[in-house]
Amino acid sequence: MASPFLSKTTTTISFSSSVSNTLPWRFSHPSSASFPSKPRRRISTVQAKIREIFMPALSSTMTEGKIVSWVKSEGDALTKGDSVVVVESDKADMDVETFYDGILAAIVVGEGETAPVGAPIGLLAETEEEIAEAKAKAAKSSSSSTIPSATAVSPSPPPPVSNPAPAIAQPPPPPAKAVSEGPRKIVATPFAKKLAKQHKVDIGSVVGTGPFGRITPADVESAAGITSSKKTVAVEPAPAKAVAPPKSAPPAAAPLPGSTIVPFTTMQAAISKNMVESLSVPTFRVGYPLTTDALDSLYEKVKPKGVTMTAILAKAAAMALAQHPVVNATCKDGKSFTYNSNINIAVAVAINGGLITPVLQDADKLDLYLLSKKWKELVEKARSKQLQPHEYNSGTFTLSNLGMFGVDRFDAILPPGQGAIMAVGASKPTVIADADGFFSVKSKMLVNVTADHRIIYGADLAAFLQTFAKIIENPESLTL
Amino acid sequence: MQSSLSLSVSPNTSLGIHRSNCNAFQSLPLKPINLRFCGLRREVLGFSALKQSDSHRVCLPTRARSKKVVSASLSDNGTPKSFDYDLLIIGAGVGGHGAALHAVEKGLKTAIVEGDVVGGTCVNRGCVPSKALLAVSGRMRELQSEHHLKALGLQVAAAGYDRQGVADHANNLASKIRNNLTNSMKALGVDILTGFGTILGPQKVKVGSSDKVVTAKNIIIATGSVPFVPKGIEVDGKTVITSDHALKLESVPDWIAIVGSGYIGLEFSDVYTALGSEVTFIEALDQLMPGFDPEIGKLAQRVLINPRKIDYHTGVFATKITPAKDGKPVTIELIDAKTKEPKDTLEVDAALIATGRAPFTQGLGLENIKVATQRGFVPVDERMRVIDSNGNLVPHLYCIGDANGKMMLAHAASAQGISVVEQVTGRDHVLNHLSIPAACFTHPEISMVGLTEPQAREKAEKEGFEVSIAKTSFKANTKALAENEGEGLAKLIYRPDNGEILGVHIFGLHAADLIHEASNAIALGTRIQDIKLAVHAHPTLSEVLDELFKSAKVSDHASSSVSDPVAV
Repeated sequence: MASPFLSKTTTTISFSSSVSNTLPWRFSHPSSASFPSKPRRRISTVQAKIREIFMPALSSTMTEGKIVSWVKSEGDALTKGDSVVVVESDKADMDVETFYDGILAAIVVGEGETAPVGAPIGLLAETEEEIAEAKAKAAKSSSSSTIPSATAVSPSPPPPVSNPAPAIAQPPPPPAKAVSEGPRKIVATPFAKKLAKQHKVDIGSVVGTGPFGRITPADVESAAGITSSKKTVAVEPAPAKAVAPPKSAPPAAAPLPGSTIVPFTTMQAAISKNMVESLSVPTFRVGYPLTTDALDSLYEKVKPKGVTMTAILAKAAAMALAQHPVVNATCKDGKSFTYNSNINIAVAVAINGGLITPVLQDADKLDLYLLSKKWKELVEKARSKQLQPHEYNSGTFTLSNLGMFGVDRFDAILPPGQGAIMAVGASKPTVIADADGFFSVKSKMLVNVTADHRIIYGADLAAFLQTFAKIIENPESLTL
Repeated sequence: MQSSLSLSVSPNTSLGIHRSNCNAFQSLPLKPINLRFCGLRREVLGFSALKQSDSHRVCLPTRARSKKVVSASLSDNGTPKSFDYDLLIIGAGVGGHGAALHAVEKGLKTAIVEGDVVGGTCVNRGCVPSKALLAVSGRMRELQSEHHLKALGLQVAAAGYDRQGVADHANNLASKIRNNLTNSMKALGVDILTGFGTILGPQKVKVGSSDKVVTAKNIIIATGSVPFVPKGIEVDGKTVITSDHALKLESVPDWIAIVGSGYIGLEFSDVYTALGSEVTFIEALDQLMPGFDPEIGKLAQRVLINPRKIDYHTGVFATKITPAKDGKPVTIELIDAKTKEPKDTLEVDAALIATGRAPFTQGLGLENIKVATQRGFVPVDERMRVIDSNGNLVPHLYCIGDANGKMMLAHAASAQGISVVEQVTGRDHVLNHLSIPAACFTHPEISMVGLTEPQAREKAEKEGFEVSIAKTSFKANTKALAENEGEGLAKLIYRPDNGEILGVHIFGLHAADLIHEASNAIALGTRIQDIKLAVHAHPTLSEVLDELFKSAKVSDHASSSVSDPVAV
């Protein structure tokens, strides 16, 4: 069964507070947000030694050169003779060495950019104190586009969102022992270290999930919020470079004054990864209005018996899916339908700083009371971090309900590995004109289904929604 | 013809062509040996024999077989005595094989003693199977390099491999070459004696545990080497391995540490990273790839190490390596190479020990003839004659190949063996080791011949001559660009006063094949001012060297005539 989740096997999930809480924004890694650009001391003298690194003439015919790559990063200490930058001339790529000891204070011409022979491409400070001054100089002396450090602006942290749109994701399993063992040596594989440096991820903040708790390239990628490149063997770093973190990993740039950078938690990184992955699926959306008066009166009747609205909607969806198996299907390889034998309804639940989708398995076969009981158990387990993997990654169809917040309609993102997701809005009294021209006030609710158009077409969804509407509008069948 | 072929403006261009043409046919001194060949053949065969590599040369002209054994009468040793063989070679590796073939050609009755399998390290546990693995890794690399393929307009779905299939390819290649070697010797009438050879006394060898004693007029020790494992390292053959195990490719670990960044380590890093492993190098010296020309090493590091899933620790010794057991990974304890302070402990899935090779000379019976090994190596003079513990030459005993440690390369062993056969058949011969090329079969390859730049500068200072450097890039070569493999550099180290080639180093596509133009030039004593006039087909990679020679600036008054062929 395809699953949108990262998880392999785990017994714990790392969230703390209860599901229904509003979510406090946590600053979990304040230390990693600091940036070396803060001035250590006020510098007033101008006698500091700041040297410019020039674009060298590598051949007699060379007039300009392209920076292939910076071997050193800003802040690195250099010793005379070290290779600092690789320059491409008209004939060859050459290492350019420094003739002085010092610290690479600023890179003026970035990788892939071109500069004429003799133009400054970087600044070398003699001591740490001069770095800030060198940076200022770099900012002054060059046009804005060439100083990544001075102009690029990182987005300020998003405001706390109490209930994000149904972005369905699971955190990778945090190794159960990692915390209890106390401080431990960080073991990261060579490629993981390279990726961390490339994406400016603090390797110390990454949780290792590899053998013996080591940090694997995938861990770094998920920490950086990048879709992992193909699993087999990708030796060339090129693909990773191309998929430079679009928004999730803020570029190494000076943040706006007052803004704070908070790295993703593992769960948030997993969500981010799944969301980017979802872009590869061609989806479309179909909305449908439902009259809920009958449903509401049923709900009033069964509520005292412990039945929840979630269970009712799940049951209704499951019954409709039983008649429209294609909506419960999955497209795994882009070439075929995978019809699922079970109807498992995943329900999106906001959880402290993240999102999880407990699954009501065989929702079409269980009755409302059993489903409600089951749902309560799942919520309890989620709260106490006891959800088993099959309890959150076996869904075949997802429900997301923002109705209780007064949202009247919204658009859900299809989680990878499923064929469709239903977004349920609030039910509210609406003036209706019927075919005979009589006005009446009825409760109306809008649902919006997002589906994978490779396997589910417009008519399929329309038919499914019609069935679903019939069930909701004549809900007696739900209690049978 | 393209512009890149145009000859450099040299004042003596036309004259040079004329002269070198003449020389090719006139200046062939016919030395007393090999009279039955015409002059040109002599030159070709005589020198090509020196260059024969590994195992590819398996069929030599067999006409020598029909000749009666006459060698005893050639000897300078007065006492007439009958021997079982004219030449007995202990060890049927590439060195012994090369010597045996040449000996038969020279009419010697020859036997070869082998206690293990014919082919030795190179064929069974070295160059040959590793080339099979590297052929696979090269293709994997190409198929995985999306942007490279895209630049060529190719589309390939995800490439994968079957480990056992790869391992079988290596194993099949080794057995095929081994059979070729065995058959070529049998066909020539070389007796293959099975069992370990022990020297009992002068000109006397016991074969195997039986009491079979063989006498021979001359004996060559060619017992080769085994992987060297420093103490403190426990090799279990599964998670802590040597190249012997690695070549069987019984597993592809997720993360492997390679101890030593020489040829062997570098080639295996190429194989493992192509198959999906991550690699950590552990190098005792401060620089990766010691032994390579520094400039080439730096470029190679930028292409072969930095962009791949490889990291490294330099200036450290691995003092203790414990194989994985009881659910624990392989642990490697590192100390600082200078201060001997403990530095780090690594936990990896496997460790490959590539710290070099140790001579395999135990049990040879060297004590019976009063020869003391030095760190296991058999001491020899420049003619491969064995030196005993008193500093005297042991008559009729030679040692070639890894066992003498002069140059631990298969083709060097073979060249040394041929040199010995030349000597025992009456022609004095000293092998010029500076003309022996070496290659590392990474992707792209590295090759070299002669001196590195620091070595050349040191020699120049001592002997008072000038050194110049010329460089060309593969980026400027049409064929390399057609292949989209422009990464590479060729470097020439030479004397501007007389045009002598001191060293050539190549990093780039097919470097291992390109080096022979330079190594042949060094072996034959060809000067730059002559070779730069030779024509190269266009467009080929060989033009990289063409351009290299042409860009060298040799002083005008350097003689451009081919000097007398040097005995090499």
